[in-house]
Amino acid sequence: MSILIYIETVDNAINKGGLELATYGKKTAEIMGTECHALVIGTCSNIEKIQSFGLSKIHHCINDNLGYFDSLTYTQAITAAAQQCEAKTVIVRHSSIGKTLIGMLAAKMNAGSVSGVVSLPNIDGGFKVKKGVYSGKAIVEYMIKSDTKVLSMMGNTLQPEEVGGNTPIESISLDVSAPKSKVIEHKTVTGIVPLPEAELVVSAGRGMKGPENWGIIEDLAKVLGATTACSRPVADTGWRPHHEHVGQTGVAIRPNLYIAAGISGAIQHLAGVNNSKVIVVINKDPDAPFFKAADYGVVGDLFEVVPKLTEALKKFKAGI
Amino acid sequence: MKILVCISKTPDTTSKISFSADGKEFNSDGITFIMNPYDEWYALVRALELKEKLGGTVSAIHIGDASGDIIVRKALAIGADNAIRVDGNPTSALYTATQIYDHAKDNSYDMIFLGKETIDYNGSEVGGMLAGMLDLPYFSYVSHLESDGTKSTITRDIEGGVEIAEVEGPIVISAAKGLAEQRIPNMMGIMQSKRKPLDIVTPISVEEKVEVITHILPPAKKGVTLIDPDNMDELVRRLHEEAKVI
Ligand SMILES: Cc1cc2nc3c(=O)[nH]c(=O)nc-3n(C[C@H](O)[C@H](O)[C@H](O)COP(=O)(O)OP(=O)(O)OC[C@H]3O[C@@H](n4cnc5c(N)ncnc54)[C@H](O)[C@@H]3O)c2cc1C
Ligand SMILES: Nc1ncnc2c1ncn2[C@@H]1O[C@H](COP(=O)(O)O)[C@@H](O)[C@H]1O
Repeated sequence: MSILIYIETVDNAINKGGLELATYGKKTAEIMGTECHALVIGTCSNIEKIQSFGLSKIHHCINDNLGYFDSLTYTQAITAAAQQCEAKTVIVRHSSIGKTLIGMLAAKMNAGSVSGVVSLPNIDGGFKVKKGVYSGKAIVEYMIKSDTKVLSMMGNTLQPEEVGGNTPIESISLDVSAPKSKVIEHKTVTGIVPLPEAELVVSAGRGMKGPENWGIIEDLAKVLGATTACSRPVADTGWRPHHEHVGQTGVAIRPNLYIAAGISGAIQHLAGVNNSKVIVVINKDPDAPFFKAADYGVVGDLFEVVPKLTEALKKFKAGI
Repeated sequence: MKILVCISKTPDTTSKISFSADGKEFNSDGITFIMNPYDEWYALVRALELKEKLGGTVSAIHIGDASGDIIVRKALAIGADNAIRVDGNPTSALYTATQIYDHAKDNSYDMIFLGKETIDYNGSEVGGMLAGMLDLPYFSYVSHLESDGTKSTITRDIEGGVEIAEVEGPIVISAAKGLAEQRIPNMMGIMQSKRKPLDIVTPISVEEKVEVITHILPPAKKGVTLIDPDNMDELVRRLHEEAKVI
């Protein structure tokens, strides 16, 4: 009755989300009084990173049929691994791959599932987990009644915690059929943390007046080490790339810090950002709705405020 | 091309959210329900575009009681050829996926479209479950899709980019922004929708595995702290010392 976590690799490496899941899996196993196994599929340049997370075993699978992501073969692989390590609970990340897999795993394993969980399970009177609903406007607590369970863990649910030790890595062979689909292109921005995983985000909207003015936003993001985002009209008019669009129809994010400049704070925008831990709003209009959702507000002209904030941060980083 | 589009009913995006006293149920008093935007704007419209290009039919399916007939008729007005409403109470992703599976299993659809998520429970689960039950390849968060009737080229949104895959044969996909442009039903569509077939089907029974314990509203924000625009050092200090995020 152990737990299996599937740790994805991104560009052949485990990222912070994977480490969060390692900690989530280990803690869930503790709560349930069992052990946590991890599955890693494919070439992985830093698999040793998860050896110090208190897992009981790391299963590494190299298989030609799993050379790229295919929903059916990966589902097969994870269910086969769960069987081999007698896991009744499988946890994946609530990432693009995890969102593809959770329903398929639930169907194939005949499991009860909850997607996008934001807390460790509470096993007092049943297996209960929480997730955000109504785009962050409420939380639901669910109880999974079945013996087999599948969860996907929302990013930034907890921080990775190394506990030391040296979990063994074993190769595992999994019987999977040839994939029906074939990945022909994988295009991602390099050198920055993608928005869904970013801890610090600097975002701007129509108040910027035009794409030529984004330099001040990029400067601020650079000093902070933040990822840039934008409101929907900004992406729709082509001022910024689409993958930067956050909100109801764009990317949903939950960073520690979200700085929004020249964004009015429409409800559809808030739907994607109101899970941010701390929100800073810079807007020249004191009545902008965004101030109601903000922790810190600066009423002023962003063209003056943003460069000043960048300077202040530079001083702070330099320890002055 | 034989296409099925799964449409769900959700509260309007601007709805004020509240729950019953015991926290078990959503309080729908005074709420306007709409067709889930991903289903309407992207899934349904891309399905119609493919049908226009390749021929065939587009069917819409909805799981829910008669209050959903408005959105089912809207799907017909936008252009679906016929619709199925499974007259049940969609209490879980498993329930919904099981009903859709029961309809789809004998109908050999070439493609089944869903939305990337419902904007109320934000599950992103129904599509994968359905694909798992049907043993079909599943692509989630699809922002581009081309097909010649057998071979499809699919662009999936992934963290910080896209992944493009090719596949032959039947598929299940969930639609994200970019897949199509919203279509507004016109007068002729609305007139025709009244005569298009709508089958009402009895649901099959499902053993639920997940139960809602309670809904919790997050504590209200304590209110904004305004910072003097000429004193950004103060903002930085507070972000560091008070909020501890930098
Ligand atoms: C179904 C639906 C889905 C949607 N989904 C999304 C979504 O996912 N994401 C999203 O963002 N939007 C979404 N929208 C659009 C949303 O309703 C708003 O229209 C949009 O968020 C507004 O963008 P904005 O804040 O950049 O622009 P505006 O609303 O025009 O706001 C610009 C702000 O900049 C301020 N400003 C101007 N000049 C300055 C200056 N010099 N200094 C400081 N402040 C200044 C103004 O006071 C104003 O508050 C959706 C809408 C619908 C109907
Ligand atoms: N009651 C329903 N009837 C038909 N389709 C549904 C229903 N609920 C969800 N769906 C489909 O499943 C998708 C994803 O829903 P979810 O997994 O709940 O986020 C939706 O966008 C719809 O396409």
